[in-house]
Amino acid sequence: MSATSFYRHCCRVAAVGTLLLGFACKREERRFTATYPSAPAYAAVTLDTLQPGVPSPELTVNSPAEGNAYDIAQGKLLFAQWNCTGCHSHGGGGMGPPLMDNEWIYGSSPENIVATIVEGRPNGMPSFRNRITANQLWQLAAYVRSLAGLEAKGPSPGRNDEMQYKVDEQRTPFRTPRASSSRNVPAKSERP
Amino acid sequence: MSAQPQPAERAVEPDPNSPASLHARLEQVWRNGPGLWGWLTSVNHKSIALRSIITAFTFFGIAGIEAALMRVQLARPENSFIGPDLYNQLFTTHGSAMMFLFAVPMVQSVALYFVPIMIGTRNVAFPRLNAFGYWTYLIGGVLLFSGLFTNTGPDQGWFSYVPLAGPGFSPGKRVDIWAQMITFTEIAAIVAAIEVIVTVFKQRAPGMSLNRVPPFVWAMVVMSFMVLVAMPYVATASAMLAMDRLIATQFFNYTEGGDALLWQHLFWFFGHPEVYIIFIPGLGMVSAIVATFSRRPVFGYTAVVLSLVAIGFLSFGLWVHHMFATPLPQTGESFFTAASAMIAIPTGVTIFCWIATIWSGRPRFDTPMLYVIGFIALFTIGGLSGLLLASVPVDLQITDTDFLPGHIHYVLLGGMVFPLFGALHYWFPKVTGRMMSERLGKVSFWLLFVGVNVTFFPQLLLGIAGMPRRVYTYLADTGWGGLNLTSSIGAGLIALGILLLVVNIARSLAAGPAAGADPWGGETLEWAISSPAPDYNFAYIPIVHGRSALWADTGDLDAVAGLREDRREVLQTTMLDAVPDSRHEHPDPTIVPLLTALAVGVGLIWGIFDPIGFDVGAVLMFIALAAWGWPQKTKPNSHEIVEVPNDRRR
Amino acid sequence: MTWAGSIFDTAGTPAARIARLAWFLIIVSGVTYLLVLVATGIAMRRARARRTQGELADTRPETANRLTRNVAIATIATTLILLGYVTATALTGKAIAWPLNAQRPLTIEVTGHQWWWQFRYRDSVPSNWLTTSNELHIPVGRPVRVILLSNDVIHSFWIPELHGKQDLIPGHRNTTWIQADRPGVWKAHCAEFCGHQHAKMLFDVVAESPAKFDQWYIRQLASALPPTDSATKRGHDVFVQRTCIMCHSINGTEAGSNVGPELTHIASRPSIAAGSLPNTRVNLARWILNPQLIKPGVRMPPNALSPADMNALLDYLETLK
Repeated sequence: MSATSFYRHCCRVAAVGTLLLGFACKREERRFTATYPSAPAYAAVTLDTLQPGVPSPELTVNSPAEGNAYDIAQGKLLFAQWNCTGCHSHGGGGMGPPLMDNEWIYGSSPENIVATIVEGRPNGMPSFRNRITANQLWQLAAYVRSLAGLEAKGPSPGRNDEMQYKVDEQRTPFRTPRASSSRNVPAKSERP
Repeated sequence: MSAQPQPAERAVEPDPNSPASLHARLEQVWRNGPGLWGWLTSVNHKSIALRSIITAFTFFGIAGIEAALMRVQLARPENSFIGPDLYNQLFTTHGSAMMFLFAVPMVQSVALYFVPIMIGTRNVAFPRLNAFGYWTYLIGGVLLFSGLFTNTGPDQGWFSYVPLAGPGFSPGKRVDIWAQMITFTEIAAIVAAIEVIVTVFKQRAPGMSLNRVPPFVWAMVVMSFMVLVAMPYVATASAMLAMDRLIATQFFNYTEGGDALLWQHLFWFFGHPEVYIIFIPGLGMVSAIVATFSRRPVFGYTAVVLSLVAIGFLSFGLWVHHMFATPLPQTGESFFTAASAMIAIPTGVTIFCWIATIWSGRPRFDTPMLYVIGFIALFTIGGLSGLLLASVPVDLQITDTDFLPGHIHYVLLGGMVFPLFGALHYWFPKVTGRMMSERLGKVSFWLLFVGVNVTFFPQLLLGIAGMPRRVYTYLADTGWGGLNLTSSIGAGLIALGILLLVVNIARSLAAGPAAGADPWGGETLEWAISSPAPDYNFAYIPIVHGRSALWADTGDLDAVAGLREDRREVLQTTMLDAVPDSRHEHPDPTIVPLLTALAVGVGLIWGIFDPIGFDVGAVLMFIALAAWGWPQKTKPNSHEIVEVPNDRRR
Repeated sequence: MTWAGSIFDTAGTPAARIARLAWFLIIVSGVTYLLVLVATGIAMRRARARRTQGELADTRPETANRLTRNVAIATIATTLILLGYVTATALTGKAIAWPLNAQRPLTIEVTGHQWWWQFRYRDSVPSNWLTTSNELHIPVGRPVRVILLSNDVIHSFWIPELHGKQDLIPGHRNTTWIQADRPGVWKAHCAEFCGHQHAKMLFDVVAESPAKFDQWYIRQLASALPPTDSATKRGHDVFVQRTCIMCHSINGTEAGSNVGPELTHIASRPSIAAGSLPNTRVNLARWILNPQLIKPGVRMPPNALSPADMNALLDYLETLK
């Protein structure tokens, strides 16, 4: 093949490559200086869709940490270093409820989980209001969801360099969130 | 109604035995198909090698731009041109691309282009495998840079130490892309090595016994054996890393019986021979250039060849000198100091022999020879700085500092890139039929020579001054700003030199003076054929009577005849003395190697994201390999061995 | 030759012996390089002279014999130089080994974290073990045994003025030793790529007289005093009721987390942010407000504090001498 036609081929390839430049993979972003939605955003979340009259429009917040590998990995780090494992073990539960099942007393959406961490819950969940920054809250929430298999496989973390006590989040079976799992859905056993 | 034009005279039937029609028939049989399909199905070693060289040079350019960006960032303390995340991706892909996508593929492609011609055969031993190797390499390279351009570029360093590169500390798919790029490039490297070894051992021209093989070819054979032994280690290591990350194996998890140091041993057992894999072909190119431009065969042929083999063997016993700062026993480490010192002896022997060649020769200092002198001047600095690094106590001070990039670039640029650019000027006429510009060549040489020194000597000093490596910035009160700025300016000079080189190539391609078959008066067989070489290389397979194939005889070379002219056939000769032995039929152009490479590509790339990809890839590969090996209808007389003329063979 | 901060700015025996060997090797390398250049130059000149006189290449047997002899001499010379090199290396290696008759060695455990240093001094009395961060004090003249551990990835402990580097590898217990023979203050860098902020993972090294070292040690062991006036009380409240307490510890207060560097005597340190920022009020404020602007990727998050809270916190931290 002559040099000129090869050169033309190269130009075509380079053009395609440059197109990819615009497509920054969401999974791989590392946002060190971004500020994530803070208190007012998640404080307005309600837990239940059951409301008298016409339900108010649902307030949802886009969690920036969803689908982001770095944020979920940070969440995993925070989960261990702040001793969430003390009550929840590594998702299996103990004094606190398990986090790797699909039963969510207070909702499984990121803003629900953030609200749980911030407010605390009766019977033992401490309140971390003012103790954990907004960025870290969303990272923790994304990690907790990955424990239950609610995050996609790609951004979920692999195994830690520790003794292996459970299947890593990446290989936790992926579960499609139930249609209204962002609001309180009673566990099967509790339905009348 | 117009009459059919009558020919003025009857067309003369071409004489079937004249050389012109022999060339035409061979051309018909050996050429590539037309157009894009012909390009995709080619099994011609020159076509594949040339596109591989261009691909490797493209990756060199991209990695060079990355280096320029890094040098801009480091020109001033606390610079904010590039942040740590992008910087880590840049230096990782720079190192990975230069080592895996430029250096090894480039030297192997030069080998695949010239070794068959230099030993007097028409193609490499396994043409379809050769094509498969190129496509695999291309997919791996595109994978790495697609990663970089989508913010998924690996950022853990080109040596990828665990636990940083492991699943616990490198989130996302960046490291997985790196690990699979390794797999692609190692497959391609092993394929090329197999080609060189089998071709050189089985398809040499009659009379080219092993002690008449040109030193360049010897260097490529030694390099290929090293590739076969070393590459599997890094492929295994990267597979283990990918498995740790994807399916939670425990290879590098010390709490479950693995070890972080295991990675270092596996990687450097490959990594040290790797740099000699890159360096030995450079020695081969220097040999070729020195002989031609001194107008005499290389002095001390046996010493040079044995030294190349010795370097090849010894290089496998040095790897721990990359690990002196780890908790390995002191006595063991001292052994590796001695071994690292020992390898300087055969290296020195080759350089002394080349100096002796120049001494007793009648040299011309055209551009290729300038690059050889540049090689001696630069590589010696690299080698001596390597001796400083091989001594355990001194290494503990200067390893992992900027001294190391200084050392490695002196040996890589001096030991491989300079010989490569010399070989570029030397063989450009053979490949393209045109001469490169001497004036531009000399200017780019000097720019590069000065540039390399201005860039990397300050880095040797910076390492001594205490600056660590792989840092995206440094504090102002360290006082390292001046040397860093100097180094960055040198990088600009190198960029200018490369740019001029590219301009030289482009202008020479378009309008360079025509080169004949033998513009330099060379001694090896490639100068016996036309420039550019025909698709079939040799119309008649030459007989070789001495070490310098073209200088041993004057006038036309003796040759053998009898290979078929209606299908692709090569002559196979015995291993030691190159006595004609059998004829071997070669495949016609086919799309199957590309499909096989695509199957491998699908399997390995999908496997980055989901293990099911490997299953799918395996099925696709099975189909492709079945197509590859599908039995062909036996053509008549394809295995009949015909006596070839045996006259005047000494 | 004292090029400050370099491997030749030696302040201890191992570094001094290494520097001597390095000088020797540099000089030998320089001479060798000159010889190679001279030989090449002479070869070029001689051969050019031959060309201008129209002679062909010299392939006579007597020239070949002479050249063979010269190449052999050069090879033997190379071998001898390398033998000398290996010997010098071995001798220096022995000289810098941990002295088996070390008197009263001090033992310090160094734990590398992403991206800061934790130092734990061992003492014969367990309650006198001192844990501190990012600042290493050692007494002059006393050998110090350094035990190297890692909390996460591979780091490398390197004080160029005192000794070569050794890696901190998770799962391995590496050891090295240092000894300062003169007082000094130096900056040490992490020397193994460990992630985003490898470049700014530094620590301060202070070598001082044994008396001064003991004084420092006793002061560091003491817990922080409770805050006295209202400003520092408010600052203390900010510390223990906001984000700081999640990662940092101050002995004597409710703050006991060992996730990040301990801050009991933060005001006595010459630098903050793992040795990369001078310890001033302004820098501290900038760092607390948004560490990501100074060291992108570091584990400490931005903290939104009101100016009043920030000033109170700084007042409190300044009392932690």
